[in-house]
Amino acid sequence: MRHLLDTRSLDRDEALRVLDVAEDMAETQSRQIKKLPTLLGKTVVNLFFEDSTRTRISFEAAAKRLSADVINFSAKGSSVSKGESLKDTAQTLEAMGADAVVIRHSASGAPRTLATSGWISAGVVNAGDGTHEHPTQALLDAFTIRKRRYGADSRGRDLSGLRVVIVGDVLHSRVARSNVWLLSTLGAEVTLVTPPTLVPQNVSQWPVRVLYDLDQALAEGPDAVMMLRIQVERMHAAFFPTEREYSRLWGLDALRAATLPESSIVMHPGPMNRGLEISSEAADSARSTVLEQVTNGVSVRMAVLYLLLAGERNDERGEAK
Amino acid sequence: MNRNLVITGAQLLGGGSADIAIEDGVIVEIGAGPTRSGARVVDAAGLVALPGLVDLHTHLREPGFEASETVLTGTQAAAAGGFTAVFAMPNTQPVADTAGVVEQELALGEAAGYATVQPIGAVTVGQKGERLAELGAMAGSRARVRVFSDDGFCVWDPLIMRRALEYVKAFDGVIAQHAQDPRLTDGAQMNEGIVSAELGLAGWPAVAEESIIARDVLLAEHVGSRLHVCHLSTAGSVDIIRWAKKRGIRVTAEVTPHHLLLTDELVRDYHARYKANPPLRTAEDVTAVREGLADGTIDIVATDHAPHPAENKACEWQVAANGMVGLESALRVVHQSMVATGMLDWADVARVMSSAPAGIGQLQGFGSLEVGAPAHVTLYDPSVPGVFTEADLHGRSHNSPYLGRDLPGRVQWTIHGGVVTVDDGQLVQELV
Repeated sequence: MRHLLDTRSLDRDEALRVLDVAEDMAETQSRQIKKLPTLLGKTVVNLFFEDSTRTRISFEAAAKRLSADVINFSAKGSSVSKGESLKDTAQTLEAMGADAVVIRHSASGAPRTLATSGWISAGVVNAGDGTHEHPTQALLDAFTIRKRRYGADSRGRDLSGLRVVIVGDVLHSRVARSNVWLLSTLGAEVTLVTPPTLVPQNVSQWPVRVLYDLDQALAEGPDAVMMLRIQVERMHAAFFPTEREYSRLWGLDALRAATLPESSIVMHPGPMNRGLEISSEAADSARSTVLEQVTNGVSVRMAVLYLLLAGERNDERGEAK
Repeated sequence: MNRNLVITGAQLLGGGSADIAIEDGVIVEIGAGPTRSGARVVDAAGLVALPGLVDLHTHLREPGFEASETVLTGTQAAAAGGFTAVFAMPNTQPVADTAGVVEQELALGEAAGYATVQPIGAVTVGQKGERLAELGAMAGSRARVRVFSDDGFCVWDPLIMRRALEYVKAFDGVIAQHAQDPRLTDGAQMNEGIVSAELGLAGWPAVAEESIIARDVLLAEHVGSRLHVCHLSTAGSVDIIRWAKKRGIRVTAEVTPHHLLLTDELVRDYHARYKANPPLRTAEDVTAVREGLADGTIDIVATDHAPHPAENKACEWQVAANGMVGLESALRVVHQSMVATGMLDWADVARVMSSAPAGIGQLQGFGSLEVGAPAHVTLYDPSVPGVFTEADLHGRSHNSPYLGRDLPGRVQWTIHGGVVTVDDGQLVQELV
């Protein structure tokens, strides 16, 4: 793998490879000594133009457990519109000898610009770009769904026949986009449940069904319900009238969660707005995978860094394959 | 200095070929074998003779943004593309909203000499959309401004727009509107549709253009004024203009070369050279604007030549500047999208890229090749295939979306008032 920029361009085999390597990584994480020497001498830069402590420490833990050197470059403040340009930052990292750059950016497409500009030869991992994609989040979500479903028998399996409902602000969600592509590629049936204002105006080419009625979607007994974080600021841009109304129509409260089959799981990428998109009962119930997602995130990111830096790289500068 | 020319064997728009004699900047004879002792002979066999091209929508950036373009470099780019006159948009710094600034712009053009520069005045002070600029002073100035535009911004307030349309009737002016509802395009990054949904870029919906055009044609009808719609880009806009013209409303419309050729599919790599305002639209929109241009609904092609320095494009899409340079490529793009497809012939090209824009802008002496007219001539070779490269660019900025793309044809000669500005395919460095 040369870069990981999105899940839309991942095929089924590539995606399964990441998930299966993540299984191997997860196994090592139950040992007493978690550290592997695999990436000794490699340098991974966490280039964060946007605050995200959770994602950064997850990547940092993943890199360190593979023995890579980690540099955290917080570029917040040198914002996209002023100060140092992405180009100058990239060239600085190149000059320092970065082998991989994990980039988080508020502008959609910034990781692709970084990877295709010729400014840098390092592998690029998208750790969330604007409202575009967040591929490692989707990979850890797929890993979590598969693990809950198949346990120790997960390796090599896809998500065929599983039904996943994604609920909330799809319009602004990179997590939703990455999950739509990845889960579909892996064979799952994806349903989006959103207020009509919070889904892109034209999703006719997406491999999904769109519903506005959460109760209808839940009545079908989906295997997984993924709640997206809602940003309260959206209310002021007339996407929905009030928090109360949003919560009433699209929040997963205790009553709604109780209607789900025993085996259904409830997911959330965090951080949660308890009482808004998800109730504490739902978030803390046995069906909630919120903390497993965090744990699995480290394994999945170890797998991604491993495949980027230790796996075969047929062409040093070309496209991934 | 002898500036007499005889162009021999040029292909005329009415069919057939002829020789064109030019003396002291004026066409003195068109026919078979005129001879002029001592005149320079330009062999134009196989070349199409067009009246010198006129661009109603150019950003020359000077004064204020000389890192992007100057009047000199912009008019050199114009000449290289076969243009002999450009209308300069007023979004300079200071904004061209007073007689002083438009006269300065005019003088810079006269000094450069590569093309006639006709200033466009701002509609409102500072292009802020709040108070009318001194339109009458600009109209009465040496720059003789007749076209007014806040291009880059929409004259959004319907009352200000109504007043502007009414006011310019006093000197038969026209308001050239950049049709973009600012509320519907808050933070917009690209055409809203299938591609924006995938890329996670905020959408610039077609309706934000169409709703303003619909409002403006109704206002123009109500007050009996002339409206020009800049860079129309959507199928719906074509329908509205078609309806308005059928109704007898005095509206004209332009389309850019890039909206005739490129679509929003190109945005998928987030390469900011494809970022423009209005944005690249869908293939259906491209088809509709081509049909609109072919059937006369759209009156003209105008470049919206918008130079930007490299650092404003080599960056994240979201912070990149809007706009593309277009003067050097315009005729070749129209050739490829409209002539090669059989939708326009060369006489139509002369209309949409010369006589009609000159007419809308009331620029005298442009738009026709006839005896007694100033010698503004473009000689174009449509027979050569080609790839558009950096070597084709002559302005200060290189933000062209066509670099590396196949574009047929070549501007072989450009003559501005009898002065050769492109000489056998080469931009003349020292004008004589």
